[in-house]
Amino acid sequence: MKEELIRRLVKIVEESNIAELEISKWGHKLKISKYPSNSAPVSQAAGTHYVIQTPQSTDSNSNVHQEAATPAGAAEKPPETPQKGIEIRSPMVGTFYRAPAPDADPYVEIGDTVQKGQVLCIIEAMKLMNEVEAEFPCKILDILVENAQPVEYNQPLFLVEKL
Amino acid sequence: MERRELKKILIANRGEIALRIIRACKELGIRTVAVYSEADVHSLHVRFADEAVCIGPGASSESYLNIPRIISAAEVTNADAIHPGYGFLAENAEFAEVCESCNIIFIGPTPEMIANMGDKAFAKNTMKRAGVPIIPGSDGLLTDVNEALAVADEIGYPIILKATAGGGGRGMRVVRERSELERAFDQARQEAQAAFGNPGLYMEKFFDHPRHIEVQIIGDTHGNIYALGERECSIQRKHQKLIEESPSPVINEELRQKMSEAAIRGAKSVNYINAGTIEFLYQDGQFYFMEMNTRIQVEHPVTEAVFGLDLIKEQIRVAAGEKLQGINPDHKLRGHAIECRINAEDPEQDFRPSPGKITAFHVPGGPGVRVDTHAYAQYVIPPYYDSLIAKLIVHGRDRDEAIGRMERALEEFIIEGIKTTIPFHQMMMRHPDFKAGNFDTKFVEHLKATKSAEMVA
Repeated sequence: MKEELIRRLVKIVEESNIAELEISKWGHKLKISKYPSNSAPVSQAAGTHYVIQTPQSTDSNSNVHQEAATPAGAAEKPPETPQKGIEIRSPMVGTFYRAPAPDADPYVEIGDTVQKGQVLCIIEAMKLMNEVEAEFPCKILDILVENAQPVEYNQPLFLVEKL
Repeated sequence: MERRELKKILIANRGEIALRIIRACKELGIRTVAVYSEADVHSLHVRFADEAVCIGPGASSESYLNIPRIISAAEVTNADAIHPGYGFLAENAEFAEVCESCNIIFIGPTPEMIANMGDKAFAKNTMKRAGVPIIPGSDGLLTDVNEALAVADEIGYPIILKATAGGGGRGMRVVRERSELERAFDQARQEAQAAFGNPGLYMEKFFDHPRHIEVQIIGDTHGNIYALGERECSIQRKHQKLIEESPSPVINEELRQKMSEAAIRGAKSVNYINAGTIEFLYQDGQFYFMEMNTRIQVEHPVTEAVFGLDLIKEQIRVAAGEKLQGINPDHKLRGHAIECRINAEDPEQDFRPSPGKITAFHVPGGPGVRVDTHAYAQYVIPPYYDSLIAKLIVHGRDRDEAIGRMERALEEFIIEGIKTTIPFHQMMMRHPDFKAGNFDTKFVEHLKATKSAEMVA
């Protein structure tokens, strides 16, 4: 893909609320994500501000992966469509927990179907446990933060598909 | 009180003061956490801090005034202390108390000191008991017109009657002669009842040409309290300071001693800790207590300049339980410092706010020039907060040099893309009355009136 296009796409991702953008064209796949693949605590991620990163940098905060086309035989394969999904974001500042207690099962796993009002996770703030509920029925596509990770206001927690 | 180690400080503020606090922390080897609203995502204080946590959308109530979110941010980052800056939660006793109960050190006085000094009546009584001159007036509400006459006789005319529930100039009457008092009393009472549902009135001595002169104090947890000279802050518009300087052109060494001693007495009477300012009303050689601010103030740099100190560092040291060392009672101020607040406002359009994108930004330099700013070229000023974009401070060997230096610095200060108050400050530095030190708190108001008259003529 042309460098100019990559630069523009990185800029779009940086300036929007998009956490991850995946585009493929003629077998080339480009994935731009705002958060490193092994999630770092929010405090570190926020400290090195992503707006400073240049498209070519391999800095952990702005990852640009370009995969070359597979051999001619695979050219007939239909291009992958970018993942659809709605982000569920944190309504507060605190610590994200996937389960009601350290030894309990997580509230949800990837692939789960969730009802409206069902508890997705807990955000602990000032020693109080706050349940985050699903506001609509949905399917969990991805869990974007790790257990016990500090989260900030509006940080994306889950990627879901509205049902 | 034992020493506590502060390894990480969260700054519960934004803009230039957040940057100021980060700078002091960096020099002390303390890690910093910035909190920011979504509107401030590109703000300089977010970039300069070691860590940053987004705490809410643009509106202050959802972000910089939101106690739970700020405390959460301190907890998830393991901050030892919070510096509240000025404004926002700096004088919120509840916030200071929440910090305490969450084992987070609040860099400032105790919640009791904040609550007490925030209560005007309590503060006034406290100062009175400490022998600090207060504005002569009635002892609480006036029961009837006869008491009004008696009090006015005692304190001397002119006097002003004020509604206790009041504000906005309503329920107020200035009375210059005894013969006018009865009628004014009735009118003010009626107006107060109509406007606020409370006819209660009190009386104070009225000042025709008052100056606002304040004394910086700082106390540690070892019982030491120091006064750091005075600041002249009379150039104000709608009770917002525009230009501040230290020392005041009208305060001689004798008055300085008296005011400093009074300020220290007042602060000692409440065992005040950390930085604070005692505001006085000054006229004709007399000074009277107005109020006490229990926080660091915007204009602290002029005091830093003439005393060669870093007040924010001292605040942090006090909070860590250290004894104040860089300061001593014989500390004398040196030279003269002036600060001009550069706001994103259009002085030609009655100081109308001018938010938007700064397209060019070049700060002045050279000897004796300091600029505290969070702005930069391409910065977009968010509409949610105050209009202060930079503080320009100069220090010279005397007031004339300081004024000349400020004039020179203002000329070099390039800010394009928005309107700023730089032209206003330039005019002030050339104004004969300002240069002569002849002004009071009504100065800017009178300027406007003169200008309107000129335009009409």
